[in-house]
Amino acid sequence: MSVQLDARPPATPAARRTARPGRAFRLSRLDEKYSPYLYIAPFFLLFGVFGAYPLAYTFWVSLHDWDLLGAEHPFVGAENYSRLLADADFWHSVVNTLGIFVISTVPQLLAALWLASLLNRRLRARTTWRMAVLVPNVTSTAAVAIVFGVLFGRQFGMINWLLDLVGVGAIDWKANRFASWVAISAMVDWRWTGYNALIFLAAMQAIPGDLYESSAIDGASRTRQFWSITVPLLKPTIIFAVIVSTIGGLQLFTEPRLFHSGTNPIRGGPLRESQTMTMYMFENAFAPHYNFGYGSAVAWLLFALIAIVAAINVVVLRRLGGTDRPARARRVRKERSR
Amino acid sequence: MGVFPRRRLAAMALVAATALLTTAGCGGNEPAEGGPVTLTVDVFGQMGYEELYQEYMAAHPDVKIVERGTGGNLDEYSPKLTQWLAAGKGAGDVVAIEEGLLVEYKANPQNFVNLLDHGAADLKGNFLDWKWNQGLTADGKQLIGLGTDVGGMAMCYRKDLFAKAGLPTGRDEVSKLWPTWQDYVATGEKFKAANTGASFLDAATNIFNTIVLQTAGNAQGYHYYDTGNNLVVDSNPAVKQAWDTTMDIIDSGLSGKYGSWSEEWVSAFKQAKFATIACPAWMTGVIEGNAGPAAKGKWDIAQVPGNGGNWGGSFLAVPKQSKHQAEAIALAKFLTSAKGQIGAFKAKGPLPSNPQALDDPAVADSKSAYFSDAPVGKIFAAGAKSLKPVYMGPKNQAVRTEVENAVRTVELGQRNPGQGWTDAVDNAKKAAAK
Repeated sequence: MSVQLDARPPATPAARRTARPGRAFRLSRLDEKYSPYLYIAPFFLLFGVFGAYPLAYTFWVSLHDWDLLGAEHPFVGAENYSRLLADADFWHSVVNTLGIFVISTVPQLLAALWLASLLNRRLRARTTWRMAVLVPNVTSTAAVAIVFGVLFGRQFGMINWLLDLVGVGAIDWKANRFASWVAISAMVDWRWTGYNALIFLAAMQAIPGDLYESSAIDGASRTRQFWSITVPLLKPTIIFAVIVSTIGGLQLFTEPRLFHSGTNPIRGGPLRESQTMTMYMFENAFAPHYNFGYGSAVAWLLFALIAIVAAINVVVLRRLGGTDRPARARRVRKERSR
Repeated sequence: MGVFPRRRLAAMALVAATALLTTAGCGGNEPAEGGPVTLTVDVFGQMGYEELYQEYMAAHPDVKIVERGTGGNLDEYSPKLTQWLAAGKGAGDVVAIEEGLLVEYKANPQNFVNLLDHGAADLKGNFLDWKWNQGLTADGKQLIGLGTDVGGMAMCYRKDLFAKAGLPTGRDEVSKLWPTWQDYVATGEKFKAANTGASFLDAATNIFNTIVLQTAGNAQGYHYYDTGNNLVVDSNPAVKQAWDTTMDIIDSGLSGKYGSWSEEWVSAFKQAKFATIACPAWMTGVIEGNAGPAAKGKWDIAQVPGNGGNWGGSFLAVPKQSKHQAEAIALAKFLTSAKGQIGAFKAKGPLPSNPQALDDPAVADSKSAYFSDAPVGKIFAAGAKSLKPVYMGPKNQAVRTEVENAVRTVELGQRNPGQGWTDAVDNAKKAAAK
């Protein structure tokens, strides 16, 4: 402190008398300047401990031949990555992950949009309906996965029984690549469609009603209103939902893992029909291989894949109709409300 | 100006956040000092220890025993245990280790207490020689686990389904139906022709495991790895022979294709959807658990086709991370003693690895009420002392998984036997190299 006091211009007696209020003023200036950092510090500390540190550590591990139980972990550089890039089972899991992601996310978001527009109309017992769509999301993923696993059973499953009633042969949902993707997507959609519908609904309610009124006067049909007013104004929300679904979809683990029961379910079927990247990571890092280094390399490539897919999503969505429209609409709305 | 306060603020933030984190991290309740010692025992499947715990706690009022994992699947238990060991935290004070996993743990014995340092050497005579040796590290200097059970082999079958198919139902006559695996296939074909609505056996993987362990035990004593730890899946005639026999079984359409240990498999037990299942001694407890009380008296036990064999069996070990090692070692010794093994056998059927326990009338003369009063002591215990174990190499679990999966792909019709064998060999090599 004294150093700082000395650094100030020579103080007059009058200034000395006002030293106290000056310090208080300075403190409040400091408070204003730095206390925001204090307020956000908990997030960054938590992120550092639980986000950044594990990320960096995983990378460090991925550069080693790291047996989970081993006493020594020799450094091998990029060897895990080069082996992984040549590993057919890894690419198989990448295709599975992307396949399940596409056939779950696309119908899910479309259905959510449709549900939200239904819920946005004047309905009887509207709150009940709105709450009802969220119920699947409250159920534990494990319970959902186990129930669906039984529903999609080969011999005793209800779905095959129903298929049999209408004369379609039984499908081995767990040992047929495309069928298992569909079954897992059904699980994911059952759980997340309602959640996304509520998010879309919230955004829809922020769209001013006069836009619809004036378009109705201009003779626009409901469908036209939906595609020309609702969807464009929902674009930021859709981008948000797509990115969140991307992250969740590419990290899919619990549903496919619990879909398979019995010996070595982490393979996702005898020919790895529905083994996702996270399952492949687990298979390598834990049982039966316990090769932590290789598993960590899978984790990093998964991270890279998510980043790439998210970037593609944003670019594609921006191209579709341009981003400036929602912003302009917001500006218009603000001006009107003034 | 401002450098100092900024640092101070940062420090304050750090302190605040650390305080937040540490309070959040201190949720666990530590046991009160001086109170009874709580020992956690981690198990899988049906070990049959419940009554033994009661007895032990009555004799040791200062010890409280908590068990985790009964009824659990080995495939879920093994990775969990490995994670606890790797993390240095979380494992029980006494842990059960299946023989296939033990070979992997032997490569890193530093995770376990050396039982030889705690007077275990005197117990050598309490175990079948090979079982004792399995618990030792390669250099023989550390004993990781004390043997619990061995997996002497038999064939369990449903009498009601056999009667429906017009086959004999008495266990001696049934044993005479299948001196060899070819006879077993022939019996299966007869059973299938009778159209009972059930299949002859549960899953090709189970029968394959039984055959490969039996064939290898009777031949050179190893299957996927030779005793020099070289992978020999493609060159070991015992493996190929077991593969070919299994292909015959699949080809004859005898398997119900219920993936072993899956939910469908459990349902198939309940609905009596298959007539036979290869049953190592520990499997009898699994059958009883899955088929439930309704099927009591409907199952019986006959000789296994071929000759003998051992599948599975476990050990009890004390991880180094245990805070109550002395008490844990005492408990492990009790549970693997003749008395402990007899108690477990009576409760859930795992066959003792202790020669005194095997000779004890409580085991040797025992009958299983669930399995139509089958003389399980005579069926399992008689052969236990002459069991021929199979050596397991370092990546046994991963290799076994690949071979079993190849069997499964043929069973489900995804691969023909030739492609399946190629897959088995290639994938086993790949798994061994990981």
